[in-house]
Amino acid sequence: MKQFIERHTFWAVMIMIAVIVFAWALFAVWPEWLIDAIGRKKTFVNTLFNGITLGGLYFIVASGFTLVFGLMRNVNLAHGSMYLLGGYIGYEVAEASGSWFLGLIVAFLAIAITGVLLQVLVFRRMEGDDLRQTLITIGISIIAADLMLAVWTGTTYQFDPPEWLYGAVNLPIISVIKSSGDAVYIKYPMYRLSVLVVAIAVGIALWLFLNRTRIGMMIRAGVNDREMLSASGVNVQLVFALVFGIGAGLAGFAGVIGGTALSIAPGEDVRYLLASLIVVIVGGLGSVPGAAIGALLIGLAEQFGLAYFPTYGVVLTFIIMVVVLAVRPQGIMGGR
Amino acid sequence: MDTDRLFNKSNPFAAIPAWSWIIGLLLILYPSFASDFFTYQIGAYSLLLGTVALSLMMLAGYGGMVSLAQLTVAGLAGYLMAILGDNSVGVMGLGWPWWLAVIVSVFAAAIFSAFIGAISVRTEGIYTIMITLAIAVAFFYFVRQNYTLFNGFTGFAGVEPPTLFGIYWRDPVPFYYLSLAVATGFVGAVLNASRSTFGLSLMAIRDNPRRMRALGYNVAAHRIAAYFMSGIIAGTAGVLLVWFNGRISPGTVGVDVVIDILVIAVVGGLRHPIGPFLGAIAFVLLENFAIDLIDRERFNTVIGLAFLLVVIFSPDGILGLWKRLRPKLRLGKSVPSAAAGTTPTDSHVSESVKEV
Amino acid sequence: MSGFVRKTLVVAAALSISGTAVAQDSIKMGALATLEGAFTVLGEDGMRGVKMALEEFGYEAGGKKIELITGSSDASPDSAVRAARKLVEQDGVPILIGPLSGSEGLAIKDYAKTQPDVTFLNGTSAAQDTTLRAPAENFFRFSTDGAQWMAGLGEYAYNEKGYRKVAVLAEDYSFPYTQVFGFLEPFCRLGGEAPIDARFWVPIGNKDYSSVIAALPDDVDAIYVALGGADAVNFLTQFEQAGGELPLIGGSITVDQSVLGSKGRTRQFVVGTPSAGPVSDTWDDPRWAAFVAAYQKQFPDGFPSPSLFAHGYYINTKAALLALNEVGGDLSDGGKKYREALSNLEFDTPTGMVKLDERREAIADIFLTEVIEGPDGNLLNKTIKVIPQVNQTLGVPYEKFLEYGQVGRENPSCE
Repeated sequence: MKQFIERHTFWAVMIMIAVIVFAWALFAVWPEWLIDAIGRKKTFVNTLFNGITLGGLYFIVASGFTLVFGLMRNVNLAHGSMYLLGGYIGYEVAEASGSWFLGLIVAFLAIAITGVLLQVLVFRRMEGDDLRQTLITIGISIIAADLMLAVWTGTTYQFDPPEWLYGAVNLPIISVIKSSGDAVYIKYPMYRLSVLVVAIAVGIALWLFLNRTRIGMMIRAGVNDREMLSASGVNVQLVFALVFGIGAGLAGFAGVIGGTALSIAPGEDVRYLLASLIVVIVGGLGSVPGAAIGALLIGLAEQFGLAYFPTYGVVLTFIIMVVVLAVRPQGIMGGR
Repeated sequence: MDTDRLFNKSNPFAAIPAWSWIIGLLLILYPSFASDFFTYQIGAYSLLLGTVALSLMMLAGYGGMVSLAQLTVAGLAGYLMAILGDNSVGVMGLGWPWWLAVIVSVFAAAIFSAFIGAISVRTEGIYTIMITLAIAVAFFYFVRQNYTLFNGFTGFAGVEPPTLFGIYWRDPVPFYYLSLAVATGFVGAVLNASRSTFGLSLMAIRDNPRRMRALGYNVAAHRIAAYFMSGIIAGTAGVLLVWFNGRISPGTVGVDVVIDILVIAVVGGLRHPIGPFLGAIAFVLLENFAIDLIDRERFNTVIGLAFLLVVIFSPDGILGLWKRLRPKLRLGKSVPSAAAGTTPTDSHVSESVKEV
Repeated sequence: MSGFVRKTLVVAAALSISGTAVAQDSIKMGALATLEGAFTVLGEDGMRGVKMALEEFGYEAGGKKIELITGSSDASPDSAVRAARKLVEQDGVPILIGPLSGSEGLAIKDYAKTQPDVTFLNGTSAAQDTTLRAPAENFFRFSTDGAQWMAGLGEYAYNEKGYRKVAVLAEDYSFPYTQVFGFLEPFCRLGGEAPIDARFWVPIGNKDYSSVIAALPDDVDAIYVALGGADAVNFLTQFEQAGGELPLIGGSITVDQSVLGSKGRTRQFVVGTPSAGPVSDTWDDPRWAAFVAAYQKQFPDGFPSPSLFAHGYYINTKAALLALNEVGGDLSDGGKKYREALSNLEFDTPTGMVKLDERREAIADIFLTEVIEGPDGNLLNKTIKVIPQVNQTLGVPYEKFLEYGQVGRENPSCE
């Protein structure tokens, strides 16, 4: 930290100013001129939180995606289908059992098992044939989308989360001071805050798993040098199956989390596949911290785009991607 | 795949004279025994989709770059035809003469393709699929949201081919021959290019970019040039496609259609330029007649299964399947020559595609 | 080898001929709906409407058997034209019913102009320009358009609800433009306000509305929402989660059965939301009740009650069959007489009388509804009022209506 300040004094000062401005924008009551310039504080703060929480959701989806790629060089383009399938399975279980949490757990397990099966039955047979593996995942996603449409039709599904997760809470941030002198606090949906908490928990769990466990160590070794790892006597196939299981399971898990925050319906598979793609391209393929940064960036871009210039908001994320690629082809945190 | 279709769409420039003359003759005579619907909707449309897939085959087969943005390039050319030429929507429609609009559209598409190449060649192998997919989707969103230039969700209608030499070029038979000429021309061009110094160095780069770089080749420039050429092919097909449909809208360049092109190229086969056309015929026939055979609802399952089976069991697509089956069909005579005719490309492609 | 060639020729010839043979004592009728893609469920209900009408006539009209051939699109105009071409040029249908969605309708109208001997009847596509500007001589629409569907809602919001200023939230494409136009035109004419900067156009398929909800202004009386299907479901949930308090006004597919009946929480706060459309689930008219009963009997696996898609396809198919009866199944003159019969047709439907104007667009009754809580806690649309015989120009002369300009993000400007 100290070293950074000494070496890059200019940037350290800039970052400090940015943090101060940001904190002020968050907590101060906005003066008239600012409201005239960029609109109400309520819009800004809500959009900011929406961006961060959406980023959290994207992180959960994309972390599994990036993990699988990092180890196996396999771009699983059926990742979005696993998200959607996880959502549907979670819904059925939650409906049947009445427990939202059971739905969440079953979705994780069911999709993790699907992932392991896929790895064992399909990908293991064509090892080292990266393009073919990728093409197969495209085929699988086409079929999966169609079969899910057959089973769950085009209806929109929404989860019924536990009551305490529903509704809005007051954030300790003042929106405006009324003429009577009362402060109006900003309301924010409880559930979306929980999404953020879950995302952070997933991130920490992944970090601990990768950095503090033996298997995690093997995985990291495998990311760096696959051949070396197998030469050292580790059962690589087992590690592969495990990582694929976790990666897929996270997609299924996110299906329930995302299906509760928003909804699940046909087409969501492609949406989350694309979101994961962009997140990991921006963040750097194979890097979990990269996925976190990418997810935050894309989530914020999407929400600010939607709130402040809805017409081209959707294109904004792609512009970010192209810019990042032009400057840093391997992504923000990408190695090599 | 039914064999009669296969015969129909082989290409006359494949180096074996005996075959190519018969197939060429069949292709030329096709409209005389096919109904208008078969000439236009099946024949011409297969040729056009095949041409777009050909541009992908060229990049993937010879260059090892699987670009999902080829349909997007074609779509840009189509949109430009509506914007620069005439349309019936009342948005844009600058009324340029058709030949100028065609030249500018195709050239712009090629530049756009080179631009996509420039972005993606800096990344390696498998990134290309993802980046080009993302570009394709960005283009889709952009044209859907932009009303001043691309007329948003509605898109353009009433884009007409010119009436030239007293012929209205959207009539089934003239349009079929136009598509056939374009398709065979590009197949010939791609075959020629694959035997040229440029083509050979492109394949060498595909097989071992580091060695070529060490030998002093400008790897990125070669790849971008390949993108530019494939852009000309895709752009020309795009112009014909917008004439074919008479209209273009964001749905024309949507994600599923983008994936369809990949399916067509892979199912047909990436080893030889006629592969994409075989894939296109299979796809168009299924698309039109699946509803009479099976429940149309599950059309995508059929397409996906076909794709999956081909990828799993015959990595070289219908083309590979055909090559394997041919000896069994006792047509042995022409086998050696067929193989010989395509040697410079054949042997490497399948391996290199694996390596991507 | 020559055997192969011969076979090729024979098979190709057989394939190309097979489609053109038409038996003389039957008439082929093509029906085109979205049987694939995200709108599959809606397309299937449309097909139920077609089958209901055919069943009613015993698959016979004008003394001839009716042979139904279905076509499928994925809601994109390209696929609709492709399917229509196959039905017309390969299967040789002289009558085609469809398509389902707005931009498909515009594409089919253009295609209809190239097939003057084929008669096209709309399915449920509701874009204004399908019949308003440059209509096709052989395209008939016995179902109404998106602006007609809003008839009476603007007046109701202004007079009965007392709203003076509204914000608008709608998907960014032609159908919601048409609906917004249909609502705002009378609302603003009465003196209501809908500022341009309080109109939010979100991309179709957007699922996360939280930021848009935060950006909605506080100083309006209500929010007019024109979203459909999954988009509407998402919006309503997030609006509630964000603690939204403003009353809503709904487009025709924003608070219909597909949204109110979707899986998940019930949304009590939408009770009282007014809306308008071509059907009303709970209309207590015997004709509608009989229609619903027939639907439920014929399709036990269908929706609880027919959607506006089943309704639209039913009406158009019924019109096609009635006109066939009138000309005795005679289409030998390229359908000229048949189309004349269609133009002059006036008949009774489950939702009242329907007839056509001079551009072959329906003049029909529209239902003003309001969301209520049903006896067992479910949400229903109660019929408030039936607006009789709404025409496409909303009562204004044709020339004057054209001056309003094409529907779009800023039409009407409300100034």
